[in-house]
Amino acid sequence: MDFDFNFFVELTFNGILTGMMYALIAVGFVLIYKSTDAINFAQGEFVMIAAMIVAGMATLYGAPLFVAIAIGLAFMLVFNWGLERVVLRPMIGRPVVAIIMATIGLALMLRGFGPLVLGAETRPINLPVSNDPVIWGPLFMTRIDLVGAIISVIFLSAFGWFFMKSRKGVAMRAVADSHQVSMAMGINVERYFALAWMLAGFVALLGGLVWGNAIGVDSQLAVLGLKVFPVVILGGLDSIIGVVVGGLIIGVCEAWAAGYIDPLVGGGTKDFTPYVLMIIALMVRPHGIFGKPIIERI
Amino acid sequence: MFYRESGYYKTSYAADMALYPLPITRVAVTGFAVLFFVIAPLLLSDYYLSVINLVAIAIVGALGLNILLGYTGQLSIGHAAFMSVGAYTAANLATKLDLPFWLTLPAGGLMAALIGLIVGIPSLRVKGIYLAIATLAAQFIIEWIINHTPAISGGVQASIEVPPPEIFGYVLKQQGQLYYFLMIICVIAILATMNLVRSRIGRAFIAIRDQDIAAEIIGISVFRYKLTAFAISSFYAGVCGVMYTYYLGIANYEQFQIITSIDYLAMVIIGGLGSVLGTIFGAIFITLLPVVIRIIMETFGSIFVEPAALAQVISQLRLIIFGGLIIMFLVLEPDGLNKMWLNIRSYFRVWPFSY
Repeated sequence: MDFDFNFFVELTFNGILTGMMYALIAVGFVLIYKSTDAINFAQGEFVMIAAMIVAGMATLYGAPLFVAIAIGLAFMLVFNWGLERVVLRPMIGRPVVAIIMATIGLALMLRGFGPLVLGAETRPINLPVSNDPVIWGPLFMTRIDLVGAIISVIFLSAFGWFFMKSRKGVAMRAVADSHQVSMAMGINVERYFALAWMLAGFVALLGGLVWGNAIGVDSQLAVLGLKVFPVVILGGLDSIIGVVVGGLIIGVCEAWAAGYIDPLVGGGTKDFTPYVLMIIALMVRPHGIFGKPIIERI
Repeated sequence: MFYRESGYYKTSYAADMALYPLPITRVAVTGFAVLFFVIAPLLLSDYYLSVINLVAIAIVGALGLNILLGYTGQLSIGHAAFMSVGAYTAANLATKLDLPFWLTLPAGGLMAALIGLIVGIPSLRVKGIYLAIATLAAQFIIEWIINHTPAISGGVQASIEVPPPEIFGYVLKQQGQLYYFLMIICVIAILATMNLVRSRIGRAFIAIRDQDIAAEIIGISVFRYKLTAFAISSFYAGVCGVMYTYYLGIANYEQFQIITSIDYLAMVIIGGLGSVLGTIFGAIFITLLPVVIRIIMETFGSIFVEPAALAQVISQLRLIIFGGLIIMFLVLEPDGLNKMWLNIRSYFRVWPFSY
């Protein structure tokens, strides 16, 4: 097979777009880890449930799109606030295994609830984005991928600014650094925990809209959540820039694997490559490219 | 003389370590042995025996996970992948080389242990969340490799039919016949675990779980024992996979996906971390739960949902109840069913002098 430069550029560019959309989901995970030290295995399920509510409201009850989105947003905020109250707060100080298991349990519940209440069939989310592909020189892109990437760039920058500059963001970083010290400085730690989970719910809604438009809404959306881990491990668990970089690496490598290795081994490398990359990252640099190294002798 | 105890007075270490902590335990164990080995096979139909078979298989797998998670404190989300390794090893040996079960069973276990050793290597460098994610990756990678290697998976469907196990020319085809076969393996696994955890190795595991740095300081090789824990745990998983393969008569990767790993995690957590009895409770509970849900839904479910959608509703309900139970136990009773049982037992043991 001789090297086709256009094919390569197209793969790379589409990989970049997908990677940005991965970053949009992964940032929800990072927000929670950064401020509460909790590992959330249910981020993919948040995305799924948010998208299901929006799609369900739009198709079952014929709500206009913005009303459906508003309902979805309200649900995610209230749900995640309550979640932090009822499940996560009693778990503070418990071993990390317990928190991981609690979020896995949560993920199972959401996977059951979504289809049970809103129906298991695949539904569309129709954002006002046309289905015609964008053709730009040799490049051929799906329009929703492009829109998704732009949305995710905007919101990732917004989160970056939020954490670096805004009063609440600084407070959240302080909380992440040390619960006790921030409490002593007069920060209401519990309120910021709730805020972090609510932000994660908001991001999940964004991710659900973009991905739901791209691949349709059903329980398959939750599987995306598993892609979060390669992204955050590569980039660093507590870094917003890391999410972008990790997302890009995973997206591009996935596209390359799908383009070049798939024909050789008969498919499926797309789901496999991210985890191989992740294992390498874990062995070489467990705290990721931009993560804060926690020196822990084992 | 009739008297009541008012507390627990163990006067020697031997008493503390005894397999039978109370005299009544000996009676209870004998009772259960008679119940399950003599009475149950005589009275129950093949369907109920097959349910007990499933429980026996689950107990073996869950014991393996509890050794790793409950005793050594290493989280693994890839337990089902090791089962698939054992299952496919045994299936290939049984079909291609015509080996009998008493060779395929340990071979499946050993192969899984070998893979477990490799997967356990990251545990030397990372722990907690990172280890969880590394084992998650192992789950996907092992699954992918098995699926994409026709030499292992036996072709398109990735499933291999295995001949039923044979003892002295007696072929175990039906569930009732498989019953003794699986039960005996299960009992061996329980005894092995109980003795393992009170041996030198088990104490080293517990030390590593409680404080790995302290364990290293008192001279336990954390490196060696963590890998040992991974190997032993994977061995159990492999044996569990082989048992399941013989139970179904077919090795199929769909039985060993990530959801199965989570089922086993649920068993260990709901049952009680670091407790053999708890593991048994958990395995029974989680295995019977879908059966009970199905029976209830098939009886009353048609009132609420249409019969056509029933199968789907059952699987969704199962997920919800599973997830809910995991969260409930973690928040309310972190020590699981075992702790509840101990509380009940203690209450009645010292009744009415509970001070």
